[in-house]
Amino acid sequence: MIKTFYPALLVIAPLLAALLCSGFSWIQKKFCYPIVLVGLAISLFSAFKLLMIVLTSGTIQYRMAGWAPPFGIEYRIDLLNAVVLLIVSAIALINLVASHKSVLQDMKEKLGAFYSVYVLFVTGLLGVVATGDLFNLYVLLEITSLTSYALIAMGDPDRSPIASLNYLFIGVIGASFYLLGVGYLYIMTGSLNMINVADILQNLHGSSAVLIGFIFCMLGLWIKMALFPLHIWLPNAYSYTSISVGRLIAPLMTKIMVYVMIRLMLNVFGFNYIFETLELSKVVVWIASIAIIAGGVMALAQKNVKKIFAYIIVSEIGYMVGGAWLGNQTGMTGSILHIINDAVMTFALFLVVGNITFCLKNAHLNNFKGLFSKMPWTMAGLVLAGFSIIGVPPTCGFFSKWYLILGGIEAGAYHFVGALIISSLICAILFFKIFEISFFESSIQNKQQNEHKNHDKIAGITEAPVSMLISLGLTSATLIILGVYSDSIVKNIITPFLTQYKMVI
Amino acid sequence: MDYITSIKPLLTVLVSLAVIPFLIVTSKKPNIRESCTFIAGGVKFLLVLSMLPAILAGNKIVFNMFEIASGVSIAFKVDGLGMLFAIVASSLWIVTSMYSIGYMRTLNEHGQTRYYCFFALAIFATIGVAFSANLLTLYLFYEILSLATYPLVTHHQDKKSRISGRRYLIFILGTSIALVLPAMLYCYHITGTLDFSIHGIFASGQISKPALTVVLLMFVFGFAKAGLMPFHSWLPAAMVAPTPVSALLHAVAVVKVGVFSIVRVIVCIFGIDLLASFNLGVVVASLASITIIVSSCIAMSQDELKRRLAFSTVSQLSYIILGVALLTPQGQLGGIIHIVMHAFGKITLFFCAGAIFVATGKKYISQMKGLGKQMPITFAAFFIGALGVIGLPPTGGFFSKWFILIGTIESTQKLFLIVLLLSSFLNAFYFLPIIYQAFFSKDEKEQNLPVQIKEAPLFCVIPIVITAIISVILFFTPNVFINLIKIALGI
Repeated sequence: MIKTFYPALLVIAPLLAALLCSGFSWIQKKFCYPIVLVGLAISLFSAFKLLMIVLTSGTIQYRMAGWAPPFGIEYRIDLLNAVVLLIVSAIALINLVASHKSVLQDMKEKLGAFYSVYVLFVTGLLGVVATGDLFNLYVLLEITSLTSYALIAMGDPDRSPIASLNYLFIGVIGASFYLLGVGYLYIMTGSLNMINVADILQNLHGSSAVLIGFIFCMLGLWIKMALFPLHIWLPNAYSYTSISVGRLIAPLMTKIMVYVMIRLMLNVFGFNYIFETLELSKVVVWIASIAIIAGGVMALAQKNVKKIFAYIIVSEIGYMVGGAWLGNQTGMTGSILHIINDAVMTFALFLVVGNITFCLKNAHLNNFKGLFSKMPWTMAGLVLAGFSIIGVPPTCGFFSKWYLILGGIEAGAYHFVGALIISSLICAILFFKIFEISFFESSIQNKQQNEHKNHDKIAGITEAPVSMLISLGLTSATLIILGVYSDSIVKNIITPFLTQYKMVI
Repeated sequence: MDYITSIKPLLTVLVSLAVIPFLIVTSKKPNIRESCTFIAGGVKFLLVLSMLPAILAGNKIVFNMFEIASGVSIAFKVDGLGMLFAIVASSLWIVTSMYSIGYMRTLNEHGQTRYYCFFALAIFATIGVAFSANLLTLYLFYEILSLATYPLVTHHQDKKSRISGRRYLIFILGTSIALVLPAMLYCYHITGTLDFSIHGIFASGQISKPALTVVLLMFVFGFAKAGLMPFHSWLPAAMVAPTPVSALLHAVAVVKVGVFSIVRVIVCIFGIDLLASFNLGVVVASLASITIIVSSCIAMSQDELKRRLAFSTVSQLSYIILGVALLTPQGQLGGIIHIVMHAFGKITLFFCAGAIFVATGKKYISQMKGLGKQMPITFAAFFIGALGVIGLPPTGGFFSKWFILIGTIESTQKLFLIVLLLSSFLNAFYFLPIIYQAFFSKDEKEQNLPVQIKEAPLFCVIPIVITAIISVILFFTPNVFINLIKIALGI
């Protein structure tokens, strides 16, 4: 076992930052931002260090306060969550920098509160990913959820509180389901440590209590990750909130839930239990296929770009759930790769929306007219992110789709393959609809609008601030880098991880 | 035969990508900007030529970039086929750039920097397709090409180009995602590789006939840039683009990429032997024959010159597919060499159409009566180009038709012979009246006016003359290309 304090540092640093920040918000508000920045930077550094350690010397087990499991809480960092931690902390930090200006603009009085809740949310997410304890996961999940309700309610004053309340009701139900499931498992095994539970469960495969526990856990997670038809809370919550929040929650929250699902499937219940004892996988892959198509179709009907992107997330969740439930290594590889890729892709999309709303005040499709000439760099980012969602090589979206489709063919799940392809086509339509509006109607419309009233409003648009553009540029470059290095990610991280947990057939 | 590892293929591909920042920086100074394009074009062409001797000596030049999944990497391999296509595309890029200057400046088009940038990007992708070592690399560049041409097709940014652009994307991007991608993944699932090999990648008995038929058709229709009916209608629609775009991309680069991809799949993924053993060549050849005849008939009814040329292109592309699908050595030779011959012939015709538009503003054939006296050079070149496409001496087009004809005789399918003869007749029928009218009939309104010679600007006329002359030269020295094909196919 490797002795290292990074797992603790990873979570403690943002937690302390949250405390300090709420303290300083009474004294001197301008210190809030630097404190949070430092906290998240320490997290990012720890996550990076953890990944390096895991890559060289294997899984890290960190026992909180030295208590041994099953009594103490254990943080387990293996290849999978090391990568996810890195993504989470990086996105949180980049978003913090990118949203600095718009936060100053939108939340003058609530600045301190906003930053404390923001960093607390990140703490929760990091904890959820790092923990190796089922109940601790629930606690951290609740921290994440409660802070996200608060964050979402800080958006559009008319609509976001209701969207947040809606999300709260459904989210609480999801969390309760998960807690119930964990309760069943605790009754059966007497332990809450994942590894411990997994060992004991091996002898309990026929038990109906375990089955019920499993189903409750999965249902809870599906509600939280917005798997169609349990998605209704998501689009409003993500599109009515302020963009600095949406950008943080939209790429991370749902992806982390998929991560937790995969973690439970592989580490707690085990591959054999899910794909051999239970015969649920066909049903779930069907649900996922329907989710993929339904998300896409609903996105087509939207006029607000934020909502379009929110529905794309619903569709992408179908990708990951379907891939994970195909029951073969290729599909699981695709699903895990897509967690990473989709987090970055969605983040890039919401960064673009952020830049546009910062300059235009809202993200309705009609406002996109002529944007290619007004905001060329932002639009270049949108083009790249869009291509990645559609799955055009060499952007990363292509490569996860590659594994997912291949996994579908291997499993003989042609409906899933069909759904993936149709969804690519729908995404192509969606994005080219946006590109078309922004590319055409520029030169011609402008001439007409010069005589029109709202001339000033349109002509006043210039490119977003540099800090936002750099964040977007960085993220867009990551889309290509992830694509180019997708093979090394698969070979060095995902395949060893799956081998470690016997997900190799 | 040796494999030479060299970075040259990568450099050749990247040259036109690397020039884009320079184009953007110099956007305020058009002359410097265009010089950049020329320098890039020249460097690219020279790099291609520098690899020619090694290829003619029977070697292959390879360069591996990085692995994507086990057994598949982004990699370049220059063989005879790729070399042939690269020579055509890179040489014509230079000529077209020259023509673009004449065309775009005379018409005072907007967004010229954007135009040159995406043009360079399109050529980058075209050469990438030519040098691809496996199907995944080819697919990557194929998609880049689809997306890079969209802003060129919709250059005018008006309602008409918007509709055409939409159709263009639906056909090109839609088919490649919906048909090629799953077909490619299915091949990878079965064989575990996508590397082009002259014997195909399938071991005997690895795939059943129904499955093979479906996958083959998915590829043939999926590469919709080849314009096989019913996936052809994007090409006439794409004629809203400025003429240089139609000339280089929709007579040479884009459409030939489609055909080239189909040839690659037939020859290097399935392999001639496998297809012959299942007797599947006939299926593809029949599809191609239908396209040849039907689109020739449609071409006759078109009054807009560029649309007539577009339908002619649709039919000529299917010649290439037909030749290769005959699965006989001469048929393949004829089909593939038609990539070269048709390129020079058709680009001349498009250049002429553009020159007529620049000089007189006329787009419709019915308006072009008596125009030959006003623009003798243009119409003389048009005549040579038409001969090349019809396949008559003294142009290179003669050879491709000749070899395909021999190919049909070699194969037992005599029906295709009739298709070829009939369509050559149709070709003559829709081209020659244009030339006849231009020279020998008179526009009734302008009958009494004295005829003055009024050619398009020099930057337009010189490229026309160059491509027309090359069409003729190819009749006398087609050997380089024939050798390249023979080396590539091992015949």
